[in-house]
Amino acid sequence: MKISRTEVEHVARLARLALDPAELDALTGDMDAILAYVDQLKRLDTSAIVPTAHAVPMANAFRPDEVRPSFTPEQAQQNAPAPDPAGFRVPRVIE
Amino acid sequence: MSLFELTLQDLRTGLDRREFSSAEATRAFLDRIAATDPQLNAFITVCAEQALAEAAAADRRLAAGDAAPLTGIPLAMKDIFNTAGVRTTCASKILADYVSPYDATAFARVKAQGAVLLGKVNMDEFAMGSSNENSAFGAVRNPWDTACVPGGSSGGSAACVAARQAPAALGTDTGGSIRQPAAHCGVVGLKPTYGRVSRFGVIAYASSLDQVGPVTIDVRDCALLLQAIAGHDPLDSTSVDTPVPDYAAALRTGLEGVRIGLPKEYFGEGLDTDVRRAVEQAVATCRDLGAEIREVSLPHTGYAVACYYLIATAEASSNLARYDSVRFGHRTAAAGNLIETYSRSRDEGFGAEVKRRIMLGTYALSSGYYDAYYLKAQKVRTLIRQDFLDAFETVDVILGPVAPTPAFRLNEKTADPLQMYLSDIFTIPVNLAGTCALSLPCGFSGSGLPIGLQLIGKPFAESDLLHVAYAFEQATEWHKRRAAI
Amino acid sequence: MNYEVVIGLEVHVQLTTRTKIFCGCSTAFGQPPNSQTCPVCLGLPGALPVLNYQAVEYAIRTGLATNCSIAPQSVFARKNYFYPDLPKGYQISQFELPTCRHGWLDIEGEWGVKRIGITRIHMEEDAGKLVHGEAPGSSQSSFVDLNRAGTPLLEVVSEPDLRSADEAVAYLKKLHQIVVYLGVCDGNMEEGSFRCDANVSLRPVGQQEFGTRAEIKNVNSFRFVKQAIEYEIERQADVLDAGGKVVQETRLFDAQTGMTRSMRGKEEAHDYRYFPDPDLVPLEIDAAWIEAERAQLPELPDARRQRYQAELGLSAYDAEVLTAERAMAEYFEAGVALLPTQPKAVANWVMGDLTRKLNDSGQTLAESPVTPELLTGMLRLIEAGTISGKIAKTVFDEMWATGHEAARIVEEKGLVQVSDTGAIEAIVDEVLAAGAAQVEQYRGGNEKVFGFFVGQVMKASKGKANPALVNELLKRKLSGE
Repeated sequence: MKISRTEVEHVARLARLALDPAELDALTGDMDAILAYVDQLKRLDTSAIVPTAHAVPMANAFRPDEVRPSFTPEQAQQNAPAPDPAGFRVPRVIE
Repeated sequence: MSLFELTLQDLRTGLDRREFSSAEATRAFLDRIAATDPQLNAFITVCAEQALAEAAAADRRLAAGDAAPLTGIPLAMKDIFNTAGVRTTCASKILADYVSPYDATAFARVKAQGAVLLGKVNMDEFAMGSSNENSAFGAVRNPWDTACVPGGSSGGSAACVAARQAPAALGTDTGGSIRQPAAHCGVVGLKPTYGRVSRFGVIAYASSLDQVGPVTIDVRDCALLLQAIAGHDPLDSTSVDTPVPDYAAALRTGLEGVRIGLPKEYFGEGLDTDVRRAVEQAVATCRDLGAEIREVSLPHTGYAVACYYLIATAEASSNLARYDSVRFGHRTAAAGNLIETYSRSRDEGFGAEVKRRIMLGTYALSSGYYDAYYLKAQKVRTLIRQDFLDAFETVDVILGPVAPTPAFRLNEKTADPLQMYLSDIFTIPVNLAGTCALSLPCGFSGSGLPIGLQLIGKPFAESDLLHVAYAFEQATEWHKRRAAI
Repeated sequence: MNYEVVIGLEVHVQLTTRTKIFCGCSTAFGQPPNSQTCPVCLGLPGALPVLNYQAVEYAIRTGLATNCSIAPQSVFARKNYFYPDLPKGYQISQFELPTCRHGWLDIEGEWGVKRIGITRIHMEEDAGKLVHGEAPGSSQSSFVDLNRAGTPLLEVVSEPDLRSADEAVAYLKKLHQIVVYLGVCDGNMEEGSFRCDANVSLRPVGQQEFGTRAEIKNVNSFRFVKQAIEYEIERQADVLDAGGKVVQETRLFDAQTGMTRSMRGKEEAHDYRYFPDPDLVPLEIDAAWIEAERAQLPELPDARRQRYQAELGLSAYDAEVLTAERAMAEYFEAGVALLPTQPKAVANWVMGDLTRKLNDSGQTLAESPVTPELLTGMLRLIEAGTISGKIAKTVFDEMWATGHEAARIVEEKGLVQVSDTGAIEAIVDEVLAAGAAQVEQYRGGNEKVFGFFVGQVMKASKGKANPALVNELLKRKLSGE
């Protein structure tokens, strides 16, 4: 087994996905098969290889420090499930 | 001939000669959509009223003698592009009612030229899929055989062009999502070099791989649409500031002096016999046109799918964290605390494949596994990219199949995600290498399904692809066949 | 048991750029909720970040001013976690490759001069603000305002080199002074422009390994930093003395009680899943760029202080006061440039009457009606003997009120010093005649009454008599010449 159901549950919590037991079972099997498949990468010796983040080499993209128009508060919240003049409403956060 | 059967170039000519108006052309496509989409399900949103208003504006612009290359041309956009005021769903329940407040740059560019938006076309949810079966708005059918998939993720883009619901569409390609559906639907699809077209406003799947490209009836239209969208965008840090050539100038016949490489890894076991026959026939055609054919090797091809599914899912797991139901998107009706609200909203809003990839990517980045999975994949990516650079030392263009098989049947591969992933074996390496590739029709299977030919070019050498593709197209008749729908 | 205190500080420095780090929204403070937002800082689908050039310049300058080396290549990474004030579900920061590394600051105090290492300075975006509902109907809700989301920050991470609350405060003040001097931060701690997290641990004296640390979050004044650290030291010592173990945790400082308390409920283990942000490209800074930024650096407080003492002959105290704020140092230097012969006089007036007036009126130096030109114009009149130092106080007040030049004020108000020996002699004679008794006392050996005569002469001359001449004449007359 490449991954256990307990690990899958932990990953689901990290990813904020409330998966039901059937989904967890199915994903455990799927992920196990996929992880077994990707294990083939271990056959390659990459100790001297530099990782590639972008295939096309690029660096230094900037914007000038100039103010651009912003949304109005109404525009900012036009797609919000719970808009409010005080801001996006969410269940109370306890600190 | 009906207006909806015209290519983009023919529409341009007709509009310029006042043979018909943009309003008439737009009406023809809207009627065609109404007549055929119940069978295909290519559109998520049809913008009938707005399209006719835009067409009228385009007609005024034409009358004023102020026409740009796309003025009055109806187009379809994959529903991954932000389009201000028009619903943008990414084929997900989580964005089912999302109306974007801004335009993606690629869309803004065609809009600025006066193109008419027919509607937003279907896709795999968040561009994750190879069959267009992963859409919250239902699967898309292949116009050549509605029992088959159109390919994915830009299945709607390819199907709508193949069915002549639109003369052209824009799609996105992360691991083959333009080329594979273009091949399965018998149309032309181009994935430009990473950085050639702005990603700003394109809903992200895997940021280091995603690229915007055209889906068209023929190669000339491909050049025309690429010309409109290519170029640097200050809003996208990964957009490259190199000059955009005149792509129409690349449309030349004859392939004398062109060195075409055949990667032996693309012709191994598992390649469908019809596909092999069609591609080998295409090689012969290119040789007849004067091209020099050589064998090349891309030795790490077999590792590409594994490499891709680590990098793409890792990036996706982070890109899709913003769908938390706070600022936009589906929020669960179930009461609960903050974490429950997040987790339930996301569980309800995302489809199975999206969740699978978020899970895999989260795992690949998580503490203790980063080096073994994500970093390892980035190193293998270096090897895969180097394969192409080495091959391009001796050839100008690499030629091979787009997909191992023609379009498969609906539900044929849904039970086995890994088998589905492996159908992208020939397209994925190009995204990892960041270079450009084009798919165009090169034959048909025994059961009458289109087969695609893939041409892979050096970085920013889209003109080379257009040249070879145009010469091939002019020498063949495949692009003239139309789906019976 | 005897413990050694080990403290490392993480300071968040909010940069004074006009716009956010990755989009063109304004960073102005105190605007209506969500009125400074756009697709990028709201984290809308498809939006992409583009780095603010000015923020990079500020990062380089801060690195240079704190003796850091500037990395030829730095990379932005995503720090992934879910929180309502974090729109994208990740914070763009720097992880493995920060822009500045291996710096230091010297702090002075009862411990002498001590060098505190700076591990790294990295660039990152700020989160938004969460407001918890209080009104009826909203007590079960919190509200997210994203105006602050995307504001550019530098996180300055010190080595665990600090050994007391006082050292921590000295380091913080030094860093604060530098970033304000550079103009990269407004230094406003109440508005959160300069905020500090402190990692505090104890270990038995002589032990090599560090003890378990607690992180105290967001302490927003120097005084609170001292209080919070001192409380935490005591708390941990009590735990250890009682045979307990310090728990590695995040603690909040409560300014009301002066205590720190555990942040329970956020104890879920974090796994930030850092990886390079594929939407951004590497930041490459070459030597030419570094030198261009170095040329933009102002002279820093330490260097200025030493120069004021060595070249201008000021006392250590005066040099300290004058260099505490860049604006005052620059005002002072502008004055010295105009009147190079009298640095001490310029210093006295800047630290004296000018500072008093500023404090009384609540104005800043930039708003001062008395410019360096006006001040040195007046000092020239003193130097030339046109006015006395005493009259100058009147002239200064008048300059402050009107903004007029000293010469004009002196002329209009008839404040010119009387240096006419004859005129002064007449007054001296009058005063001595009227004060025969005091003359007797003086001649009897009570020299203290000399001041009485000076005062009388000055009073009779309405303060305009040249004090040197008055002294001279009085002495001569009293000694009976």
